[in-house]
Amino acid sequence: MGLQVENLTVYYQTLRGDVHALESTTFSIANGEIMGLAGESGCGKTTLGHGLISMTPPMKYVAGRVLLDNEELPIWDNARMNDFRFKKISIIPQYAMNAMNPIRKIGRMTEELLRSKKVDYQAILPELKRRLDLVKLPHEVLKMYPIELSGGMKQRMVMVLSMLMDPSLLIADEITSALDVASQKAVAEMLVEFRNLGCCKSAIVITHDISILYQIADSILIMYAGQLAEKAATRTIIDAPRHPYTKMLISSLPKVGAKHVDKRLAGIPGKPPLLLNPPVGCRFRDRCPVAFDKCLEVPPFLEVKKDHYVACWKEGEKNA
Amino acid sequence: MLKLDKISKTYRVGTFGGKELHAVNDVSFEIKAGEVVSLIGESGSGKSTIGKMILRLISITSGTISLNGVDISTIKEGATKEYYRKVQGVFQDPFSSYNPIFKADRLFRIIHDEFYPEVKDQDWNEKVENVMKAVGLNPEHVLNKYPHQLSGGQLQRFLIARTLLLDIQFLVADEIISMLDASTRIDVLNLLADLKKSRGLSILFITHDLSLAHYISERAMILYRGNVAEIGSIEKIFNTPLHPYTQMLMASVPRLDKKWDQEISVELNATPSEFSKGCAYFDRCPLAFEKCHEKPPSIEVEIDHSVACWKALENNYVRQIKPVLEIKGGH
Repeated sequence: MGLQVENLTVYYQTLRGDVHALESTTFSIANGEIMGLAGESGCGKTTLGHGLISMTPPMKYVAGRVLLDNEELPIWDNARMNDFRFKKISIIPQYAMNAMNPIRKIGRMTEELLRSKKVDYQAILPELKRRLDLVKLPHEVLKMYPIELSGGMKQRMVMVLSMLMDPSLLIADEITSALDVASQKAVAEMLVEFRNLGCCKSAIVITHDISILYQIADSILIMYAGQLAEKAATRTIIDAPRHPYTKMLISSLPKVGAKHVDKRLAGIPGKPPLLLNPPVGCRFRDRCPVAFDKCLEVPPFLEVKKDHYVACWKEGEKNA
Repeated sequence: MLKLDKISKTYRVGTFGGKELHAVNDVSFEIKAGEVVSLIGESGSGKSTIGKMILRLISITSGTISLNGVDISTIKEGATKEYYRKVQGVFQDPFSSYNPIFKADRLFRIIHDEFYPEVKDQDWNEKVENVMKAVGLNPEHVLNKYPHQLSGGQLQRFLIARTLLLDIQFLVADEIISMLDASTRIDVLNLLADLKKSRGLSILFITHDLSLAHYISERAMILYRGNVAEIGSIEKIFNTPLHPYTQMLMASVPRLDKKWDQEISVELNATPSEFSKGCAYFDRCPLAFEKCHEKPPSIEVEIDHSVACWKALENNYVRQIKPVLEIKGGH
């Protein structure tokens, strides 16, 4: 039954108080779904991704629960999460490709990684080699040092490693952002293929590049300043967004073929609020062109149509 | 205005410097006043190297770069200040362009002390306020703050404001928006376009994103491993990309109106031919043939559109690809 997140709230502890990075988020991901998670930097998308798998200080669990395949994840207990990490739920953190041990050959590093998870390297080697073929990496990479691989090759290696145990959920944080367009396409398409082959059941793809999500994601969740703004099928988010923030975000993206002299695109005026003392109500209120009195209350994340959730009083009104 | 004539940059590599790496190989182009030219290529294509050579940050191995007819390599060490009054650069990472222990607007003070020590403080403050408004910032909100208190877009606009204080004619914009969020990206891009219109500023826009390049520039140059693959009007390159590399790049750009074409595969595993004599794209090219062992010349196939590819130069090939592009929905 995929992933269910209920009322998850995560803060960061600082000397000046709690940073409200993730506020009562409730959503679910179906089996086999690739969900894109997008938003500006600082909107809490990485916090959400990390909160599901590794809650380390200064991150602080405040409330909520997470069910993966109907089993509750003890996300507040980092030690107990060890049983789930890598095997049931796996993550490719941002810049993971540059985090490989530079003085270990990749095969040896993999062996050490698996041993720490009590998995026999030799037994899994045939499967590892089959996966390397899938991502078009030669088997020799296992005898190479990370420095001998290009960025795209390292990213593909990291993908193979993170999905070696066929996790139920993969969290991929900005896996395409440091790559060239050609490698971006290759890496993104391989992720879809891995999902199709069952190497991971469902995935959360965190990125600020919505055009990548349009290519590979089944659904997109838009976040703003620690709150969920909108979730819907990819096509719906791109072609018929309902939340004012999503609308402005989508229309600010340059389309291929658009020219400044023909059609000037507009950005979103203002900047996101600081989350140390977040504004009450809808956090997009200050930048929102349609905000009204009611926006002083937090809008609920409601299903306005089947599988289309929006957190906006104006849109909820239209629907009522 | 700015002219690059057959410039090359060669690095000595290998244990005893016995091998040569051609980071930039025989590149020529010209940027007119008030023109935006995009340099497009993957990492390692030499696009930043060209920008740095224009800014005199690295030396040129051969060839000449001239600004308004003056060869910039002949400028004496003591006279470079005059050059930097006219030519400036802004780079990718706004956060590392500042010293975090000083306030961000210190860079305006430096410009004053170095370039305009004779200007009175009051006049200077007025000038600073004007350029802040020109880049769309409210001076009250952003002056007197430390870099960490400002957003990436604000810091990047500070750096552009700094170049405007100098009354520059030419700006090297090296991946200036790739670190910014989608919502602020377009503001910085619009700012560049406005400056071009209002001040006649020429811009070398270095990027790997073809849709951004198309949005802002008139002309483009596609670079592959230091070699010019295709150069000319951006419309023409977009409508009929002739070089197989350009076609592959175009097919890989994630778009919002069209899914990726599954048929154009991305060749990834080729070993780079940094030391080979022939076409630089030989190892990755699906169309490579015997003749490609020889370096292809850049030939103008139509007005303001040149391509360096033996296959593309065969007339029948040009005719062949046109219908294919139409089917695939090329513009």
